[in-house]
Amino acid sequence: MTANWGRRAGVLGAYALALALLFGAAPLLLTDFRLRLLAQFLCLAMVAVGIGLAWGSGGMLTLGQGLFFGLGAYIMAIHLQLADAGPGGRPAFMVTGSGVPWWWELFRSPVTAVLGIVAVPGLLALLLGLGVFRRRVKGAYFAILSQASAAAFALLLISQQNSIGGSNGLSSFRSFFGFTLADPVNRRMLYFIAAGVLVGMVATVHQLRRSRYGELLTAVRDGEERVRFLGYDPALIKVAAYALAAVFAAVGGALFVPIVGIISPNSVGVVPSIGFLIGVAVGGRATLLGPVLGSLAVSYAGSTLSENFESVWIYLQGLLFVLVVAFLPAGVGSMPGVLRRWGGRRDPAPVPAGPALVDDPGPASAVPAVHTGGA
Amino acid sequence: MRQDYLEIRGLRVAFDGFVAVDGVDMTVLQGDLRFLIGPNGAGKTTLVDAITGLTPATGSAKFDGVQLLGKKEHQIARAGVGRTFQTASVFEQLTVLQNLDIAAGATRRRLGLLRARRAVPPSVELAMETTGLTRLRDRLAGELAHGQKQWLEIGMLLVQNATVLLLDEPVAGMSADEREQTGELLRRVRRDHVVVVVEHDMEFLRAYADSVTVLAAGKKIAEGTYAQVQADPRVQEIYLGPGHTAEVS
Repeated sequence: MTANWGRRAGVLGAYALALALLFGAAPLLLTDFRLRLLAQFLCLAMVAVGIGLAWGSGGMLTLGQGLFFGLGAYIMAIHLQLADAGPGGRPAFMVTGSGVPWWWELFRSPVTAVLGIVAVPGLLALLLGLGVFRRRVKGAYFAILSQASAAAFALLLISQQNSIGGSNGLSSFRSFFGFTLADPVNRRMLYFIAAGVLVGMVATVHQLRRSRYGELLTAVRDGEERVRFLGYDPALIKVAAYALAAVFAAVGGALFVPIVGIISPNSVGVVPSIGFLIGVAVGGRATLLGPVLGSLAVSYAGSTLSENFESVWIYLQGLLFVLVVAFLPAGVGSMPGVLRRWGGRRDPAPVPAGPALVDDPGPASAVPAVHTGGA
Repeated sequence: MRQDYLEIRGLRVAFDGFVAVDGVDMTVLQGDLRFLIGPNGAGKTTLVDAITGLTPATGSAKFDGVQLLGKKEHQIARAGVGRTFQTASVFEQLTVLQNLDIAAGATRRRLGLLRARRAVPPSVELAMETTGLTRLRDRLAGELAHGQKQWLEIGMLLVQNATVLLLDEPVAGMSADEREQTGELLRRVRRDHVVVVVEHDMEFLRAYADSVTVLAAGKKIAEGTYAQVQADPRVQEIYLGPGHTAEVS
């Protein structure tokens, strides 16, 4: 029991530390520019938290989270554009069209915009997931499929110059739900929202990992067939994690838009989708904090390095990925376990001999003498 | 007490024209420890696959009045039919307790899954006792010895509330001690289960089988007690080749 309480105190302490860093130290110590960068990294880390659940716990290699990130981002961007344009107005970039497309109008109201950011990617992931998992598509095939969906989405966006800004994307937002984005106080508020949402997501995944559902998800990852023969439908178990990961990615995308000020197909295609994954792989996909810390570290390293040496980062990123996959396939988060295995190879505790020979041994308890030969 | 039974009639499995199981009839009663034997390629595992929904089949396989053929794997499992595989397939990254708890939970309410486990369910406690794994409950299943993994699998079938247990070569690769313990375990569970064991090991069969069904080339060629089956000339021919007659021990 004491060990249990100690562990609980440790967990609470870790959350307290994270909150102190995010809400105390960071806003005090960082300049507005750096704080905005950090807010941007937090949005990317939200995608990573979802990937950690779907890929780390559930074994679904989600190579196409850009699709959901983009959906959330574009819905938010559409709403911000319409809000800037005022009632009945339309965004400046739409010049030749006869009017605002009907699907833009869906997100004019702040309520439907927020609902849409959660529901559109969530439902899409549900449909995609059920279609894919029911057919028992998994492993590399699932990864390719999800990557293809992100690529297709990016192409679709590029082709829609007049209705969604094409390859330029959507930008120049002036306000966020009534708050002027030019005001540093409001920018700071956006950072706090992102930080709070990220902590909430980590806490959600934490609870899921502790829960029976989390155990079941891991069981599906390691033995989908076996789970099926225990009376579960693995497709439903997987799709729940996949849809939640999609919603996390979408919320990350939605907050990314007012913080960064632009969303374009460049941020949702194949390359960014792989980028989301690298942090998760480096940090340790199967751990709770590995994905979020890995993602933050990779984002930070990326921005610092590309400030100083522009083109080096992309190579370093590739090298990092290769090194981790080759030497630490489970990520930096698995280091303690790996070191323990390298260190003292302690023998496991003695194992009892076998099933307790209690209870009634059945009517034919006298085992017939074993003969050799015969049939 | 009601007696459950598994009733198979005219079961047939064909892959691209090759008939793996050809019109097998078999009835297994509760309390009867039935062994299913036959040479390689006789269709033993295919028969189990067909009953559990892994392979499409024609004919009939009924348990508790419910037609199993045509249902999905998880529906068959929920109807009370459980199986193990030739290679122990436990969840290696989870503990013994977690493995059993998952097996016990297929009918849990969805929302309840979002909570952590507070206490060990009684059925899990009982299964750990029956299989002798209580002391290993917090050990990862991947760290268990080969025999213990098989017992864990059997334990998972017990908590799954399966009434029909289809065990595919449960003692393959086990030491003599482990075999004996497995045999005793099967004796304990057969009282309230319908147990079918696919097995190659003749010593194990002789020691523990209540009844035996012999398959060859997809057809049932003999059924009865060990002695009856052993005395059957067709069985002798299959196991010893034509022209031989085995001594009856």
